[in-house]
Parts: sequence; C-alpha cells; structure tokens
Amino acid sequence: MADRLSLEIATPTRLVAAETVDEIVIPGSQGYFGVLPGHAAFLTTLGIGELMYRIGRDEHYLVVANGFAEVRNDKVIVLADTAERPEEIDRARAERARDRAERRLSGRADEEVDYQRALAALARALARLLTAGRIR
Amino acid sequence: MATLRDIQRRIRSVQSTQKITRAMKLVAAAKLRRAQERILAARPYAAKMGELLGNLVTAASGSDGAQHPLLEQREGPRRQIVIITADKGLAGAFNSNVIRRALDLIRQSNTTEVTLVVVGRKARDFYRRRPWTIKRDMIAFWDRLAYSHASELADYFMEQYLDGEVDEVHLVYNEFRSVAVQRPVREQLLPIPRRAEGESGAEAVDYLYEPNPKTILDELLPRHVRTQVFRALMESLAGEYGARMTAMEAATKNAKEMIDVLTIQYNKARQEKITKELLDIVGGAEALKQGAEA
Repeated sequence: MADRLSLEIATPTRLVAAETVDEIVIPGSQGYFGVLPGHAAFLTTLGIGELMYRIGRDEHYLVVANGFAEVRNDKVIVLADTAERPEEIDRARAERARDRAERRLSGRADEEVDYQRALAALARALARLLTAGRIR
Repeated sequence: MATLRDIQRRIRSVQSTQKITRAMKLVAAAKLRRAQERILAARPYAAKMGELLGNLVTAASGSDGAQHPLLEQREGPRRQIVIITADKGLAGAFNSNVIRRALDLIRQSNTTEVTLVVVGRKARDFYRRRPWTIKRDMIAFWDRLAYSHASELADYFMEQYLDGEVDEVHLVYNEFRSVAVQRPVREQLLPIPRRAEGESGAEAVDYLYEPNPKTILDELLPRHVRTQVFRALMESLAGEYGARMTAMEAATKNAKEMIDVLTIQYNKARQEKITKELLDIVGGAEALKQGAEA
C-alpha cells in the first residue's frame, strides 16, 4: 500500500491538476467524502462544491461542478465539467450569477423560471464565491 | 514575344500573390499550434473517460443487466451522417476528401433513410445542392470553437436517437495525424460501440458505487458522446490549419518558381533588346562611315 495518493483532475478542455497528495476531500453528489491512502475502489458522481487536496501541510482548493470521481489503487481521477482554482474565478461574474439566481428563486421574476436550473446556478455561484474567498 | 513591361507586370502580380499565400501560411501555422495544444490539453479527460466507461460497462453488465438506451444496438435502417468540414477553402484536398468519404458512405447506406447533419460551410454548400435531407447545419463557429458547440450537437444527436428518429449516427471528419497528414475517417457515434469482449482486458474492478451504477452510467454516457464530438471537432480544426499551411507553403513555393522563370524570361528579353539596339547603332555608324568615305 502506497502511503500517498496520485490525483488527476481533468475537464473536457484541460488537465487541471496532476499531483501526488496526502488527502483529498471531494464534493460527491451524495455529499462530501474524504479519501486517504488505502481507500476502497469507489466510483461516484460529483456534485457542486469545493474540492480540497492536501500536500503535507498545504491545502489546495478548487471549485468543481458535476462529473465523476474514481478511486482505485490509491489513484484518484476527477473528471469534472468545470474546475477552477481560486485565482481563476471571476468573482464579479459569480456575484452576478448569484443575484440572478436568487431573484429567479424568490418568485419575483417575471419570466418563467426553471427551478432546477436556477438552483444549480445558485449552487455554482455560491461555491465559486466560497472558493474565491480563499485567496488573501 | 511578350514585351518587357508585360513580363514585369506579371512578375509583380505573382509576387503579390506570393505575399498573400505566405501570410496565410504564417497565420495557419500560428493557429495550428494553438489547436494542437488544445487537443493535447483535452486528451487526458477523453482518455480517462474512455477507461472509466470501459470499466463501468464491464462491471455493470454483470449486475442487474444495467442496459442503457444509448448502448442498445437497434436493427433499424435509418442512418444519420454527420459531415464535418471547414468553413473556408484554400486548404488543399481537406474539404473534398471528407465530402467524398461521406458520399461513399451515403451510397452504401439505404439512401432514402439517410439524413445528414452538416458542420462547416463547405459541407453545407455541397450537400445543399444534393437530394438528401439535411436535418441541421452548423457554420461560422470555428473561430470560437468551444465545448458548448460539441454539447449542442451531441445533445441533438442523442435526443433524436432516444426518440427513435434515427437508428445510427456516424461522424465523418478529418483526423489530425500530423501537420502534413490529415485522414478522412468515419466513426460510429451512436449507439455507443461496445468494445470487443476481452479487448478492454482490464480486470473487472469491484467498485463501490454512489449512488448506483445506473445513475453513474446515465451521467457518464452523454458526457462520453459530447466528448467524442468535441474531439472530432478539434481534430478537424487542427487538420484544417495543417492542410492550409501545407497548401499555402506549396503555393508560395510555386510562386517563387514562377517568379524565377519569369525573371529569366525578363532578362533574356532585356538582353535581346539591348543587342538589337547595339546592332542598330553599329549599323547606323557603319552606314555613316560609308557615306563619309564616298
């Protein structure tokens, strides 16, 4: 059993991270789960949220949305629809998206509202803002 | 014999053509580099996706027959052919190769049941004048090709497939082999082809699933299809730039050869003119001399 994990995070357009890490916390569709070396083979869908991986004492954060995670023989592969590091997040855009989604969900909007979509948009915006807040 | 001025005019005209072809070559080379980088960047995702899919289908087919409609082979005759070309020409045989490959495929198919989706202006303009039904076209997006374009197309294919409007979807596009080589290829997109038994070879991994294999398959398969379409689009884009670069390089070289030939012609004509003038002068002088002696 290896005492570290190899982690790869990819989106359709790029490889976001390829690292050897000590611990990973992933936002699964059924809730957050942590992965340490020696984890059983595991396959799940991703939710929307903040992914954390730890190398030694350094914690790195990414905001990810939808996709899959596979854990197998101490190899973790995360295939996300989007994955952004805190410094890549467009905070103003996320704020606008949050406001828009909140307005739609509040029922005050005039247009026809797709509830699921608005909820997902809100979740994405909030996750982005949370992760963006990690800088400084 | 062309006059000096005619030859000079032709040289200048070829020179300005050469300037254009050289500029086009440089532009294509720069764009090619970017397109290649994008393919390389997208490869890990596609590769892992394929791997995951292989494992999952193997693992899930053992259990409660987790069949998915996108994997289901139907015996229907209705084939949809997706033809991917560039919007612009001046890229050698790039567009015509794919168009011809697609024509072969159409002729092999039951033509009354074939429907087409054309991507790129060249494919649209060609097939628009032909008797087959074009269900959808997509043009003028290559400059800002993004994953969303692939999703849009892929979702359209899947919708039709699941609604039972078509029984097979095939892609015909240029595969990017190397800068100088593009090859027209055909690929079955839907139903998702099963790998031959045992080919994936990997030991069936005993996963824990969350929430369950079926849900994961439901999420994975559409993404797989979108990724396939995205890859095909990117291959075609890189291929287009590669083909244009090669074509424009050849054109630049041909222009240079032409200029060389014309320059020789020009020099010869000039030499002839000078010789003729000299002869005139000598002849004139000779005549004068004889006149003085007389």
